Amino acid sequence: MIVKLGVPSKGRLMEKTFDWFGERGVMLSRTGSDREYAGKVEGVEGVNLVLLSAGEIPRELAAGRLHLGVTGTDLIREKLVQWDQRVEELAPLGFGHADLIIAVPNCWVDVDCLDDLDAAAAAFREAHGHRMRIATKYHRLVREYLRAGGVADYRLVDSQGATEGTVKNLTAEAIADITSTGETLRANHLKILSDGPILRSQATLFRSRTARRTQEEREVLEKLIDRLEV
Amino acid sequence: MSVLSPATRAEAARLLTFFEEAGALRVDCGILQPADILLDLYGEDIRARAYVTQDPSRGEQMLRPDFTVPVVQMHMSGGAEPARYTYAGEVFRRQEDHPERENEYLQVGYEVFDRADPEGADAEVFALFHTALAPLGLHAATGDIGILTAAVEGLDTSARRRAALMRHIWRPRRFRALLDRFAGRSPVPATRSALLRAKDALAGAGPIIGLRSRAEIEARIDALREDARTAPLSEAQVAALDAILAVRETCPFALEQLRDIAVDLPAISVALDKFARRIDALDKRGIDVDVLDFEASYGRTSMEYYDGFVFGFYADRRPDLPPVATGGRYDALTRRLGGGAEIPAVGGVIRPGQIETLGGLA
Repeated sequence: MIVKLGVPSKGRLMEKTFDWFGERGVMLSRTGSDREYAGKVEGVEGVNLVLLSAGEIPRELAAGRLHLGVTGTDLIREKLVQWDQRVEELAPLGFGHADLIIAVPNCWVDVDCLDDLDAAAAAFREAHGHRMRIATKYHRLVREYLRAGGVADYRLVDSQGATEGTVKNLTAEAIADITSTGETLRANHLKILSDGPILRSQATLFRSRTARRTQEEREVLEKLIDRLEV
Repeated sequence: MSVLSPATRAEAARLLTFFEEAGALRVDCGILQPADILLDLYGEDIRARAYVTQDPSRGEQMLRPDFTVPVVQMHMSGGAEPARYTYAGEVFRRQEDHPERENEYLQVGYEVFDRADPEGADAEVFALFHTALAPLGLHAATGDIGILTAAVEGLDTSARRRAALMRHIWRPRRFRALLDRFAGRSPVPATRSALLRAKDALAGAGPIIGLRSRAEIEARIDALREDARTAPLSEAQVAALDAILAVRETCPFALEQLRDIAVDLPAISVALDKFARRIDALDKRGIDVDVLDFEASYGRTSMEYYDGFVFGFYADRRPDLPPVATGGRYDALTRRLGGGAEIPAVGGVIRPGQIETLGGLA
């Protein structure tokens, strides 16, 4: 009956998303108390605002429980198998820029690119008896990238936060994480491999390819997309 | 997700009996396997291909992605010698890139642990599979990873370079990149040259953090310096290696071509003698070797624990299907899992589900 639009529920990502829609005449806002995840949409009829964690938006789009959703390309590609068959990229929103990169300690002067990382990993495994550990929460993207790059003798260890600290804390030898300015990396004595990022991500408006669409919902969706000029 | 049909199960039972009649002892192994051994063998890649689950007291467990590893473990911990084993059961594979493919299917296997006559054992396994699958009119592909490893071992270059190439035999792209670099075909990165010129490479590098020590970093810089002084691989040797990788012929012609290449790369001669003996052994077992295809690079991308003879059976009219059967020699695996012991081993698996898809053997 109603078109569901999913938007990150917190912080700058939510505010900037509200601004982006506002500039196009679709006013999104939170209702109720600061702590209540409820919102409203003005400017188009029949659209329901759903506030939820950016990390859950890919799953909800793929399951068809959201028609539209704003989240990072990094999360879509990490969380959805064959993402392009589940969702369609409607428009990059021009904020939330972040690169998924691999970083190693600054003191690894002998490691500059994937080729070096692979060679260092082989020697590391021989010296320490276990594979070189790379801390990340982007398991699929990083594994795929390293496989395509022919890197062996590494192991991914899960890190859901403060990933830059894992090297100093001896729970990983290198990290794969998103960064926008690189400041946290520098502060933790890490440097980015020169091969370029695994992925350049930004906040993006996605449409579900699986969501059920009645005639009425189709019309509302078309009107909204028209308004947004995407 | 997929339910195995009674017909597939019956097919598996028939194959099991067939292998038992060929002299194999029937064995079984647990569906849940400790993940650490498989992860150590295959690395992170296996996580994308197998189901891993967590047990708070036993650690990570894996739904068996194949039988070979547990069967080798079982044999190495006290199996009689020589031994022939057969088994049938489900294996589980994640299919991230091919969601349409089955993630649970039956495999029936036959494995031979025998020191006496490795090429004879290669031929025995291949001929058995050939007989079992004959009604389907499949196309057989064969190869020999041992020829390629012998070629790499015989390259006239530093031990480090040979080891680096050997490590990436199963990753063709990385192998090619290394080969180009060692042959002086690809430029040395600017950062590498700067590093090697630096008097104190670690000056200004900040604190040493993490488990990788200063000594390890310095050792790699020394290795890079040594490598920079190493003469490039000769064009003739690179050309010989390329020629080996390009061999794609029926067995007798493939052997002839490889013998020609061995003039420039005599290190492969011993491996070629084995190939010749295998052709004879196959011939003795009634295989028409004059029409049997041989591809020197076959098995390089998908069959990582095989290190000698490799084979697969395919339905030419259904190129969309995975192979009906695959197998090969895995001497090195018995060494890795043997705790000091080793034994030549060869074997293979058949997928009864594929047989059924192709109309059955009856």
